[in-house]
Amino acid sequence: MSVDKGTAVNTAPADDEPDEPVLADACAAAVPMGDQTRIRPYTMNFGPQHPAAHGVLRLVLEMDGEVVERADPHIGLLHRGTEKLIEYKTYMQALPYFDRLDYVSPMNQEHAFALAVEKLLGITVPERAQYIRILFSELTRVLNHLLNITTFALDVGAITPTLWGFEEREIGMEFYERVCGARLHANYIRPGGVAQDLPSGLADDIGEWIEGSAGKVIDDLDNLLTENRIFKQRTVDIGVASPDQAQDWGFTGPMLRASGIPWDLRKAQPYDLYEKMHFDVPVGKTGDCYARYLVRMEEMRQSLRMMTQCLGEMQAGPVKVDDHKVVPPRRAEMKRSMEALIHHFKLFTEGYHVPAGQTYTAVEAPKGEFGVYLVSDGTNRPYRCRIRAPGFAHLQALEFLSKGHMLADTVAVIGAMDVVFGEIDR
Amino acid sequence: MPQTETAKEHIAEALEDMAEFIDEELEDLLGAPHETRGGEVCFTCPPENLRAVLTFLRDNRECQFQMLIDVFGVDHPDRPARFEIIYNLLSIRQNARVRVYVNIQEDVPVPSVHDIFSSALWYEREVWDMFGAIFSGNPDLRRILTDYGFDGHPLRKDFPLTGRVEVRYDQAQKRVVYEPVRLVQDFRRFDNLSPWEGMTDVQIPGDEKAVRQTVMPSGERGDVGNREEDRRDKNKEEGAGDE
Repeated sequence: MSVDKGTAVNTAPADDEPDEPVLADACAAAVPMGDQTRIRPYTMNFGPQHPAAHGVLRLVLEMDGEVVERADPHIGLLHRGTEKLIEYKTYMQALPYFDRLDYVSPMNQEHAFALAVEKLLGITVPERAQYIRILFSELTRVLNHLLNITTFALDVGAITPTLWGFEEREIGMEFYERVCGARLHANYIRPGGVAQDLPSGLADDIGEWIEGSAGKVIDDLDNLLTENRIFKQRTVDIGVASPDQAQDWGFTGPMLRASGIPWDLRKAQPYDLYEKMHFDVPVGKTGDCYARYLVRMEEMRQSLRMMTQCLGEMQAGPVKVDDHKVVPPRRAEMKRSMEALIHHFKLFTEGYHVPAGQTYTAVEAPKGEFGVYLVSDGTNRPYRCRIRAPGFAHLQALEFLSKGHMLADTVAVIGAMDVVFGEIDR
Repeated sequence: MPQTETAKEHIAEALEDMAEFIDEELEDLLGAPHETRGGEVCFTCPPENLRAVLTFLRDNRECQFQMLIDVFGVDHPDRPARFEIIYNLLSIRQNARVRVYVNIQEDVPVPSVHDIFSSALWYEREVWDMFGAIFSGNPDLRRILTDYGFDGHPLRKDFPLTGRVEVRYDQAQKRVVYEPVRLVQDFRRFDNLSPWEGMTDVQIPGDEKAVRQTVMPSGERGDVGNREEDRRDKNKEEGAGDE
């Protein structure tokens, strides 16, 4: 750069001062040196309309050349005031909002809310309902990780995993559709059980899928990515968080486990029937983006294992508690029983009353600890519903994870974090 | 199953023991013993001692609450200390959770804990944004979830659900414009509470008539009661006539 400028200057005023080395002067003018000189970092806007921002992340980056010096995420572009809205809804009406938080893993979040309400109501759901809940929570985990790993790979330059993984996701979402009628916003796991029993044939089809293409596509992704040179160059030693840092920044889920801390709420503080489930908790060693990827890959296999166990152990039985003050009666019953009709009417207008109290209930969502802090004042709607989203804490750490890395590595860090703005912005 | 039940009891006992230990150690700082609410241990802490309490909970060998899972607020407009700021702590070593409650008035700052737990930075920003509670010492107390230039604190109970401003794209000005919210009809809030269950101490419109009637001395019944009874008698007669 300076050479070009120098030659240009050199040719023009050559006659005036032939003794002076003009080239050196010109260079000095172009890059002034001295005590007052301050090189300002280049400020760059990343997103909110950027495919690697995974939604609506606006990132203000201060760059020194291509090295990130400061990363300031601006969030809230998807803020819908979920917590405020829930204060104005009955418990039953509040449930669908949980699908819309992290829209990639809806059922896990419904599960957290359902458990919180059940805890305040003091009810335990029937065993079959608990199996179905675990079955679909784990299915959701597989679908979530399939999305995350494949889009992460896309961010760092691999397009094939997306094409293969999304095909499986589509099959998984068909199971969603068959059980609750919706591909994404399920509204299926409800306080008191699940909305309805599995339709006939679904359990067999899920079993077939686990044996067949689900396991195969995970192996395929493994072949494509795990030993892939480019993938490893882009992810190994990128965005390293030590175990202490991970705890300090409130990491949970795969992010925490990748840093070497064996912590999984399904093992440590089991809810529903998780204490009966046979599964291993994969733990990373290095705490970098690659370790996060490896943890998620193994988690998918463990989830499939749990789903197989659920399908094998599940017995026929009720899928809701037998209390029509909480759970609506069956439609057939309503045709004959006046009382059932009244219960139905009251439930869908007034809703049920939850005893006054407060509880924090957390589940191991695919992205980490998803918690619901519920304050009830004894009426039919929550006084306050706080939603603890794992992605919020993870994104906060972006600053320290990407400092000193290249811009392209920031993309890898965001990809490995598994951010979804539905839950971060709430 | 019984084995797991005893395991759960054991965990609950261990948690209770730890809570009592913390009570003893932090008697001067906390001022009040813990409360167990549905198996969850809660401490109430005066704001000036918050930093000392959280540091103790993080560093003490018996506690090791090294993760600040969450900080959030609850608005109680009817209380003198309006905001309840709640610190949700998790100890991975002890497999335990505790919550620390700080009750604070609207304009009194809470000491920031961002240097004790890094994760507090954004959580405090969020509480500031949503409730307007001030955190002294937080280096970056900007709004986080709401719009640039937003006015008000949405999760306060006196903030309207519909908000105060709405945006639309103005074709003439070729940009998004902010306008005060205009509702086509008044905001309606149906509580749907059942008069038999929910409204034990609430007056439905018309209830006062019944109250007045009971207060009156016997034999001297008010007009309302008479009219009611007249109507009922009339209905009875009509019903009889139909048959």
